[in-house]
Amino acid sequence: MKRHLISAADLTRDDAVLILDTAEEMARVADRPIKKLPTLRGRTVVNLFFEDSTRTRISFEAAAKRLSADVINFSAKGSSVSKGESLKDTALTLEAMGADAVVIRHHASGAPYRLATSGWIDGAVVNAGDGTHEHPTQALLDAFTMRRRLVGPDAGIGRDLDGRRITIVGDVLHSRVARSNVHLLHTLGAEVTLVAPPTLVPIGVEHWPCQVSYHLDEVLPKSDAVMMLRVQRERMNAAFFPTEREYSRRYGLDGDRMARMPEHAIVMHPGPMNRGMEITAQVADSDRCTAVEQVANGVSTRMAVLYLLLGGNESAISPAPARTEENK
Amino acid sequence: MDTVESDAPRPVLEGPDIERVLTRIAHEIVERAKGADDVVLLGIPTRGVFLARRLAARLEQITGRKMPVGSLDITMYRDDLRMRPARALARTEIPGDGIEDRLVVLVDDVLFSGRTIRAALDALGDIGRPRAVQLAVLVDRGHRELPIRADYVGKNLPTSLRETVKVQLSEEDGRDAVLLGLQQTAQVGEQ
Amino acid sequence: MSKILIRGAKVLGGEPQDVLIDGESIEAVGTGLSAEGATVVEAEGKILLPGLVDLHTHLREPGREDSETVLTGTKAAAVGGFTAVHAMANTFPVADTAGVVEQVWRLGKESGYCDVQPVGAVTVGLEGKKLAELGAMHDSAAGVKVFSDDGKCVDDAVIMRRALEYVKAFDGVVAQHAQEPRLTEGAQMNEGVVSSELGLGGWPAVAEESIIARDVLLAAHVGSRVHICHLSTAGSVEIVRWAKSKGWNVTAEVTPHHLLLTDELVRTYNPVYKVNPPLRTEADVMALREALADGTIDCVATDHAPHPHEDKDCEWAAAAMGMVGLETALSVVQQTMVDSGLLDWAGVADRMSFRPAAIGRLEGHGRPVSAGEPANLTLVDPAYRGAVDPSGFASRSRNTPYEGRELPGRVTHTWLRGRATVVDGNLA
Repeated sequence: MKRHLISAADLTRDDAVLILDTAEEMARVADRPIKKLPTLRGRTVVNLFFEDSTRTRISFEAAAKRLSADVINFSAKGSSVSKGESLKDTALTLEAMGADAVVIRHHASGAPYRLATSGWIDGAVVNAGDGTHEHPTQALLDAFTMRRRLVGPDAGIGRDLDGRRITIVGDVLHSRVARSNVHLLHTLGAEVTLVAPPTLVPIGVEHWPCQVSYHLDEVLPKSDAVMMLRVQRERMNAAFFPTEREYSRRYGLDGDRMARMPEHAIVMHPGPMNRGMEITAQVADSDRCTAVEQVANGVSTRMAVLYLLLGGNESAISPAPARTEENK
Repeated sequence: MDTVESDAPRPVLEGPDIERVLTRIAHEIVERAKGADDVVLLGIPTRGVFLARRLAARLEQITGRKMPVGSLDITMYRDDLRMRPARALARTEIPGDGIEDRLVVLVDDVLFSGRTIRAALDALGDIGRPRAVQLAVLVDRGHRELPIRADYVGKNLPTSLRETVKVQLSEEDGRDAVLLGLQQTAQVGEQ
Repeated sequence: MSKILIRGAKVLGGEPQDVLIDGESIEAVGTGLSAEGATVVEAEGKILLPGLVDLHTHLREPGREDSETVLTGTKAAAVGGFTAVHAMANTFPVADTAGVVEQVWRLGKESGYCDVQPVGAVTVGLEGKKLAELGAMHDSAAGVKVFSDDGKCVDDAVIMRRALEYVKAFDGVVAQHAQEPRLTEGAQMNEGVVSSELGLGGWPAVAEESIIARDVLLAAHVGSRVHICHLSTAGSVEIVRWAKSKGWNVTAEVTPHHLLLTDELVRTYNPVYKVNPPLRTEADVMALREALADGTIDCVATDHAPHPHEDKDCEWAAAAMGMVGLETALSVVQQTMVDSGLLDWAGVADRMSFRPAAIGRLEGHGRPVSAGEPANLTLVDPAYRGAVDPSGFASRSRNTPYEGRELPGRVTHTWLRGRATVVDGNLA
């Protein structure tokens, strides 16, 4: 029984579909006059952010609040708490405050895993992005967005992404979004292709459940969804690529390239976007680009995760939950 | 899931009985709701939804008008969430015109402790403000734990707490029946 | 002086023999030796080895006495069967002057558990810029012959060349921590399949191998000898093998943990597995074992690196690198090399005593177990099986990767120049 959500690799296909299905029901709550559910009343969710990420934090905050949980935002960024001891002390503090769940964003890969396995706290741990490791709720909301767009909100219920061709483009090496997406999309039956300059593909990628290509133009016509990763301009200084211009010429998505995608294919971006770098404004603002939708879907997906982890007396995620019919 | 001893559950209502009972309830609704002009039927998943649809079909036959029917999932409003792992959610589907100032008839298969209906009333409150709320159930087996009663009852079935009542509907179970059995182990209550 | 008779021990794993110690020396080795006037140690079934010698120990004193002192470190060494350790130079202050090496040397004398041979820094402050006073350290009471910036690589090729040349004057050796700094910026673990999944910065094998390749070529060019610290990759083995085939004066060491553990363990994100160089792959482990067996790698060195609890009780990136190793070294070598059939006990004596003493030009250690030799001896019970329990460590630190792991063999006795430092597995 998993009490935590640390890695997308930990999710079974049934776990993932359950989360997506639950998110679909949560999304419908957003259309109601009262967007709040009493489900997590009396539960305390702590957003523990060692790294700035306003969008992820407010997404989790909105999700927890819509489920009536008490939310405490703990911004631990700054030099005084950048040492390891602080993670432990902070964890012990949160434990003393009775946190039922800790949503953690940390610059160090593995910090959420340490938090979940160190015995420092009892509550559930949700990884909101750790270093260059994983960002599982981002992958879930991406999969949710893809299922809605490529299969359909109602038609998608109970289904995975079997056979869909997903292309992830950009700085895979430093991307926790890419790692989580590769695991989750593979689990959901999709065919994943990574596209990046060889310098931004990690050594060892040949063992990942995906294909790798260095040529965006060859892959685009065979893609049902193209996910553009944010590429930090500073990477240029570490010689990962020569210039910004060369990068966007070879790996950026512009209108011409988008036109080579199949008609139904969508463009995704986890945000924040570097317009003019990995994506042009024309693509970013087109109705094929789901970036804004992904933000809205993020709240529904995180509601689903929090509900399934905290809604009962134990997590409902894995082993495959039995939907029992109770006697009424 | 109920577990029963060697004496298998015995049917107390068979398919034709259920048909007859639903027809009667439909007529009662028309009568008490004075033509059922503003009725909205909301079934509580899973089997309440099928019953609501069947009732809607009958009401349409009687009144000759389209009858709004939907579903109301009460999972996230239950008061016993913390007693088991989080459950998968079912669909809440409110008919297009909503429930504002309408007569909402909640439909469920078995009325037992009343806690499901309490949760349903809470869920309804977050969706809108009906003119009134009524309750239709196929079976009322007693043992109420809350001050709740049904407006329309298919069959009153006095039971002991050791007994189980299981409703089967062809949409879900392949046949229509209400089964009365004995539970083997700890009590499985409503909700 | 008292006499000790070690009765029925398999000397270097051979036939059972008696060994009589008189005072500081071995008086006789044979069968049926008289026990008259001697304390008898029954050693049936046990292995008698020359006292173990570690070329690579971090004793942390001066400066980090919270993790280890010369006293606690030498106690740990004795428990592990060592009679001599080389104390690495990365202390605070750095052991880059005669004053500091003499201080460490004196502390070792006072401890009495194990001989301490200080290692001198190659460059001032380990900064890799300016040669430290290597000659002064050699001429000091500490008599330094091994120089190393361990913890940091002497990456400047010119500085390395000069150091290699300079120590020839007094038969010194430079022990290189082979790590190309630019290729290992932000490095957290072995670069490979596991690092790609864990999102931890990669420490590529080539960062070690490129420095080793350069340094063996430099050593050949200037006719010096070079020693490679904690060799960790299959590629490094190939380079050293090639250099030796050329007849170049290259020696190398491997740590016990690199003979046993792989980077798969990092999946736990438990910093107890964080070490530099990092744990590598199964293929590397197998190549290292083979190389130690065939002599390509000359010796086992512990790289005993004590750290206080708080430096490991944190997230991976914030944790210190290193593991304690003195008290478990022989057990790991028994499991990986002896029990696997790759090396016999005579081979263990060679790789853990004779050769490291020879590389360090250490007198009085790494000597044969025979009459007239100094009585530096280690008695091992190879049949022992037990789970590692750090709470019983003599070391001040507990950062062992083997906690709870069952390892074979145990040192029951250690004698330093005839004086028992360990009796029945406990410090004397």
